[in-house]
Amino acid sequence: MSNQPPTPLFLERRSYRRRRLMDALRLLPLVGVLLWMLPLFWPSEAATDAALEPVPMSRAVIYVFLVWLGLICAAFALWRGLWSDETPDKDAA
Amino acid sequence: MGKHVLLVEDETNIIEAIRFLLSREGWQVDTHSDGATAVDTIRAMRPDLVVLDYMLPGKSGMDILKELRADQEFAKLPILMLTARGQSRDRAEAERAGVSRFMTKPFSNTEVMTAVRDLVQLAQ
Amino acid sequence: MTSINQLIGISLAYVAFLFAIAFFAERSAARGRGGWMRSPLVYTLSLSIYCTAWTFYGAVGYAARSGMEFVTIYLGPSLVMLGWWWVLRKLVRIGRAQRATSIADLISARYGKSNLLAIVVTVMAVIGVTPYIALQLQSVTLSLTVFSGPEGVRDPLNQASAAFWVAVGLALFTVLFGTRNLNANERHSGVVMAIAVESVVKLVALIAVGVFVVWGVAGGYGPMLERIDASPIGEWQMDRSRWVALTALSAAAFLCLPRMFQVLVVENENERHLQIASWAFPIYLMLMSLFVVPIAVVGLDLMPAGSNPDLFVLTIPLSQGQSGLATLSFLGGFSSATSMVIVATLALSTMVSNHVVMPVWLTTQGEGAQVSGDVRNVVIFARRASILLILGLGYLYYRVSGGGAALAAIGLISFVGVAQFLPALLGGLFWRAATHWGAVAGLVTGFAVWLYASFLPSFGPDAALSASVLADGPWGIGWLRPRALFGIEGVDPTVHAVIWSLTLNTTMFIAVSLLSFPSPLERLQGAQFVNVFEHSTQPREWNAALAASEDLMIMTQRILGAPEAQTLFRAEARRQGLSGHLPEPTQGFLQTLERELAGSVGAATAHAMISQLVGGASVSVQDLMAVADESAQILEYSNQIEAKSQELARTAGQLREANEKLTALSVQKDAFLSQISHELRTPMTSIRSFSEILRDTDGLGQVEKTKYASIIHGEAIRLTRLLDDLLDLSVLENGQVSLNLETGRLEDILEQAVVTARAGSAGQLDIQRERTNETQVLTTDLDRLSQVFINLVTNAGKYCDAQAPRLRIDVEADDVGMRVVFRDNGTQIPLGARALIFEKFARLNDKEGSGAGLGLAICREIMTRLGGDISYHPEPTGNAFVVHLPRDVALAAQ
Repeated sequence: MSNQPPTPLFLERRSYRRRRLMDALRLLPLVGVLLWMLPLFWPSEAATDAALEPVPMSRAVIYVFLVWLGLICAAFALWRGLWSDETPDKDAA
Repeated sequence: MGKHVLLVEDETNIIEAIRFLLSREGWQVDTHSDGATAVDTIRAMRPDLVVLDYMLPGKSGMDILKELRADQEFAKLPILMLTARGQSRDRAEAERAGVSRFMTKPFSNTEVMTAVRDLVQLAQ
Repeated sequence: MTSINQLIGISLAYVAFLFAIAFFAERSAARGRGGWMRSPLVYTLSLSIYCTAWTFYGAVGYAARSGMEFVTIYLGPSLVMLGWWWVLRKLVRIGRAQRATSIADLISARYGKSNLLAIVVTVMAVIGVTPYIALQLQSVTLSLTVFSGPEGVRDPLNQASAAFWVAVGLALFTVLFGTRNLNANERHSGVVMAIAVESVVKLVALIAVGVFVVWGVAGGYGPMLERIDASPIGEWQMDRSRWVALTALSAAAFLCLPRMFQVLVVENENERHLQIASWAFPIYLMLMSLFVVPIAVVGLDLMPAGSNPDLFVLTIPLSQGQSGLATLSFLGGFSSATSMVIVATLALSTMVSNHVVMPVWLTTQGEGAQVSGDVRNVVIFARRASILLILGLGYLYYRVSGGGAALAAIGLISFVGVAQFLPALLGGLFWRAATHWGAVAGLVTGFAVWLYASFLPSFGPDAALSASVLADGPWGIGWLRPRALFGIEGVDPTVHAVIWSLTLNTTMFIAVSLLSFPSPLERLQGAQFVNVFEHSTQPREWNAALAASEDLMIMTQRILGAPEAQTLFRAEARRQGLSGHLPEPTQGFLQTLERELAGSVGAATAHAMISQLVGGASVSVQDLMAVADESAQILEYSNQIEAKSQELARTAGQLREANEKLTALSVQKDAFLSQISHELRTPMTSIRSFSEILRDTDGLGQVEKTKYASIIHGEAIRLTRLLDDLLDLSVLENGQVSLNLETGRLEDILEQAVVTARAGSAGQLDIQRERTNETQVLTTDLDRLSQVFINLVTNAGKYCDAQAPRLRIDVEADDVGMRVVFRDNGTQIPLGARALIFEKFARLNDKEGSGAGLGLAICREIMTRLGGDISYHPEPTGNAFVVHLPRDVALAAQ
């Protein structure tokens, strides 16, 4: 994973960017947990408070799947940014 | 002159040649062909000069030389050493051991005779 | 409507199709053309065995009963994949580095290659997963019954036999493609390719039903959403504890399921594939879940009350007259079930055969790994037997449980069971202080709690646990009630089981790990696992000097097969710069070898096998551990130091040896040169001296002249002969001689030799022969052989000092061919000289006319060239020279 660009002038910037992308990659599952655990705070049957209207199922479905899609897109983008330029050979080595 | 030479050599033809050369000039020549008993023979005969071959059965000429030189009595005895081994190392070793003259076979007859005469003169 | 027979026909055709795919995938992989099969796409698709028939049918049923909760089963794995950087990356790297064959193998390897741990994990996995296999068999038969006509006509016996034949077919497939080759990586191109295809089928089938439901039945996206909100599950209802617990549980199961470990780690070809699967597999999971709620909603709407929501995927298309779609859907479910069963069986059978059957077999073979028969066959047999055993257990479970509703709940229960591996697994990956006993304690505790609180109660009251135990606890101890441990009531049973089992499991794991002390082997392995990305420490090293490469080679051949083993050894030999096919058993090589073997028989077994060869026959893993424990801390460091000093000592020894050889060679060369010089200069001295005498001396008599001239002549001849011999010997020694093969009678050769020798110096010799024995016809270089004979006869003539010199030539047959013996009656050669007579310039005395001492040396060289030998034997009254001729020389012309 330590690919060293031949021009030292750009090394700083590239590796800095790379490091931030890695941070984002590590953070991604935590974001996923946070977003998918958010429904815990939605009013449910157990909450008999009449003032709270229950969330319609269609909205719940759309929410869960939108989060899913968002996470996938983010993961894909991070992968593109970090590794898609690597040749498979180099990675296998 | 009647000087006494002991020829220590094991090759019969070479003995024959040297004996011919020396006796022609009036030397008294004795021969001995066994290395192991050569020193005793020399002690007994007390020759004026020893012609010593390097390669002898029983004991090498080099060892005989060293033994003789270790003996005070024979420290000055003229010794002409002949060798067919052709190793320059041997010459150096023999000179360290105190050989009087070192010659490599095949020799020229004149060379041998000159050397014998020189050595005997020097010793006198 | 598709008839049941048509459906069976379609299933069979589909199965045949899968066989063909697996077959062609295996074949092109064997030919090295399978690059495309090892693409990230295939890897991602193979992960979809996570989605079993329980997913395909059960998710819709789950949604119809509990709304969105079903999705937690897919959120967990999605999170694991998205967070691959944290755990999977390390798991895959370690699995590949250690060549782990299963999760049991990996856990055992981490905790000091303990076979006990491997057995514990294997047993747990078999108990946890077998019901799951039964569930798959049930789903196939259940889906078949949907097509078999109206209720009541169904024949229960039919169901059982259908399940039986499905199990048989799956066993056949798994045996065929799962145990075909016992390669080092335990990878199965055919199986992976087939399940990748099946994963496409099930995804397409589910999406097709979903599209039909949304656009064909509900009338589009908007109306569908309205219909969802209007349905019985139209309002967000959730059990918050289950939402959290099930997400976590599915994430844990995704990591711990043996079949997931198989596809995620064992079948992983390239870590890059994992990077791609990290976003690609969540897409698959999302697509699999996308239409679950619409199908459930429409099913609840359309189907009569009381119909089984688990079968909506089939019954909705059927009720709408879409029998084609229903058939596709059936194939989707069929694919889900079969792919899961195949991989799960494969993974479990690897564990059972590597960790239970092989160690047992190895201990019964008291002699050790190197003496017994073909281990490779035993491994394959064990693997096949394990496959049949596991599928048999699955079928048995299906029959015993009656295939009823009890099975439906088994999916989650099974998840809780395998999730018990998680503390030991994660602890092993991230915590160096985790110990073998900690892992055992955690696993056993968690498993016991799971059995008691989740698995046994799942059979219902009075089945495995009596109703009174369930209601009041054993012996009426209330706080031990299986569903309300420690008096905590009102918790969902699954959540209850997850919390208690994993909490107690983790607690025991940590507590015992802290209290116990890891053995050096564990500590080294722990460091290897936890710091896998740094490769900082070496695993414990073998005492390489003791291992014989040949034994290792033999053992490796038995496990990997001859071609693979030879390739491996040759490559290593080449890497070490050796020309042969056997490398030096360096520590590095032994470790590589152990990992290669571990790929076939598991880490603990491989370790035990190598230690049997390397450390003597009786060293078992336990022995090794005992020894290691005694010198706990010293071992880690001293092993390496010792290895280095041994290496140094060996190198120094080799250098010294080489030096001695060189010195000896140099002395030999000097002696040889001196000898040659002496032999050449001596005759030259006579020649020179006498020719000078002849030239310079006047008045020599005729007699003298003649005498001196004949001396010169004789010495010149001696010189010539010496040069001839030297050249001859040099040609023979350099192997430049070309043999001139001819055929001739031994009698003639001997005759010629005797005549020639007699003409020279053997004139007085009385030669006795037994011509009737000399009738053999020889094919060899006759001139050279004759040269040897002449030399021996001449020598006898020259040196035999008896009053009446006699030479007896006998021809005798012996076990390697024949020999010609030359016996003389002269004085025996002195003891000290016997070893030297065949050496160059060895002369026993200086008799007149003796040669340069090269004759016998030449004879020996000639006989070596002719494939024979010459030797000296003292006789009671004399000497014997024996010429051995090999059988092919003597027999060739007979």
